Amino acid sequence: MLEIKGLLKRYPDGFEALKDVTVTIGDGELVALIGPSGAGKSTLIRCVNRLVEPTQGSIKLGDTEITSLNRAGLRKARRRMAMIFQSYALVDRLTVMENVLSGRLGYLGFWPSLLRKFPQKDIDRAFALLEEVGLEGLHDRRADALSGGQQQRVGIARALMQEPDLLLVDEPTASLDPRTARQVMQLLADLCAEHGLAAIINIHDVPLAREYTDRILGLNAGKLVFDGPPEELTDEVLPEIYGGEDWSKKEEDKKKDDDKDIRSSGQFVVEEIL
Amino acid sequence: MSTTAQQPDRETRTWTRPPLIKDPRKRAALYIGIVAYLFWSLSSIEVDIPRLLEGLERASEFFAAALQPDFLTRRVDIWQGFLESSTMTAVATTVGVALSVPLGLGAASNLSARPVYLICRAILAITRAFHGIILAILFVAMFGFGPFAGVVTLVVSTIGFLGKLIAEEIEAIDWTCVEAVESTGASWWQKVVYGVAPQIMPRFIGLTLYRLDINFRESAIIGIVGAGGIGATLITAFYRYEFDSVAAILLLIIGAVYAFEYLSGAIRRRVL
Ligand SMILES: Nc1ncnc2c1ncn2[C@@H]1O[C@H](COP(=O)(O)OP(=O)(O)OP(=O)(O)O)[C@@H](O)[C@H]1O
Ligand SMILES: [Mg+2]
Repeated sequence: MLEIKGLLKRYPDGFEALKDVTVTIGDGELVALIGPSGAGKSTLIRCVNRLVEPTQGSIKLGDTEITSLNRAGLRKARRRMAMIFQSYALVDRLTVMENVLSGRLGYLGFWPSLLRKFPQKDIDRAFALLEEVGLEGLHDRRADALSGGQQQRVGIARALMQEPDLLLVDEPTASLDPRTARQVMQLLADLCAEHGLAAIINIHDVPLAREYTDRILGLNAGKLVFDGPPEELTDEVLPEIYGGEDWSKKEEDKKKDDDKDIRSSGQFVVEEIL
Repeated sequence: MSTTAQQPDRETRTWTRPPLIKDPRKRAALYIGIVAYLFWSLSSIEVDIPRLLEGLERASEFFAAALQPDFLTRRVDIWQGFLESSTMTAVATTVGVALSVPLGLGAASNLSARPVYLICRAILAITRAFHGIILAILFVAMFGFGPFAGVVTLVVSTIGFLGKLIAEEIEAIDWTCVEAVESTGASWWQKVVYGVAPQIMPRFIGLTLYRLDINFRESAIIGIVGAGGIGATLITAFYRYEFDSVAAILLLIIGAVYAFEYLSGAIRRRVL
């Protein structure tokens, strides 16, 4: 259903975030994309819906070549792939309902969308989806009056509103507490199974990836270095994806490493203070 | 853990903020230059004590009149001036806002293509190049005395003000929600309506109300150079030395500005 061939992304500053990525994802397949920070995970899924313009290579969704689409064609193709964001990316000042209905914008003309005149069928679907993600009765709340977990559920409902074939999910759980994170992953897995969707899920939490997905892709420095079922993702393979040898180290060693990390991440601390 | 903590005296390092101008001689020259210029400009103003006293005398005359404002003698002129100013303000603000929205969208670098951006920025820069008074003098020369020249002046100033601030507001919004809207397959205008507009709306309403208030006060000023409105009534009263009428007009302007202030506060509380 999604076929990526020889994908290369070079940012304007010359940095190559993706180098020759080739991968095929089947119908209804639930795929986790893991890799260290800066590996190019976000870049990869953003190339698929062209929020980031690929530099080279081919991306095919079904029979449609995404990379060569014009504006109108891209608009149509984007309806079939919905994105879910780490920071939820809801429009704060709009209501939950408006946020969910905005998933239909690709199907709607300008004037009806300006006047919020959505077809009854869309409104019915929005209510049904809100129920499905466990937000019954919250449709008139402003989006910024929800908790993080609830906001992510709105994000999921908005994505499903598009009636997509593919979900592009960028770190859905990174801002959530461990329990809510599990619930959200469970919800995603259930919904994908129920609606027959394929999904690419960027995730930093390896145990969650192992538990909820069928297949894991490992990305390091813009290259695909692992592709296999969760069982094959052993502690021996992890260093290949994340780099370094300190994965299987004992507890005592770990503490020293933490100190080292704190010093090497000093730059981030400074940035935060500023 | 760290070695420097155990031997604090080994090497004392000092730090001062790097100066803006590195060369100390250049820095001194700059400071001396600024001070010298200030002294020179002060001496060139020619403070003339007798004239200052004369002015104070005239001021006391004026303030005496101001204590007995005369609303009645010129009431027809005052009423007409006010009506004209209010109409000018309403028309100019409406037209100005309607024109500044598309220009503001075009002048937001994150939203518009490069050529559109450059053109809109250029237009906004031109509209802000001159002060309202200069524009009013220009438009009075072009269109003749009266409120039309005033309305055109206010429209141009409104575009320059609102267009620029809207563009800057758009450039500062949270872009991920816009991307989220875009990724649903939304068109450019839908992106603006769902992703951009909700984020800038409170600021936009606030700025529009503020501009309404500015336009009213401005309409009083540009009337002085012949662009109609209450300003024209005001300057006529001045020329006739009718300080009591002048005082009445000024009090009415103050009252109107306060009323606007109260009104816009109330509206803002409702929409935010
Ligand atoms: N607009 C940009 N211009 C230049 N370089 C960029 C840009 N966006 C991302 N990069 C670089 O591309 C690389 C990959 O970024 P990307 O956001 O895809 O990483 P990631 O794997 O999603 O990381 P994380 O796990 O931290 O989200 C990084 O090195 C980043 O600095
Ligand atoms: Mg990322």
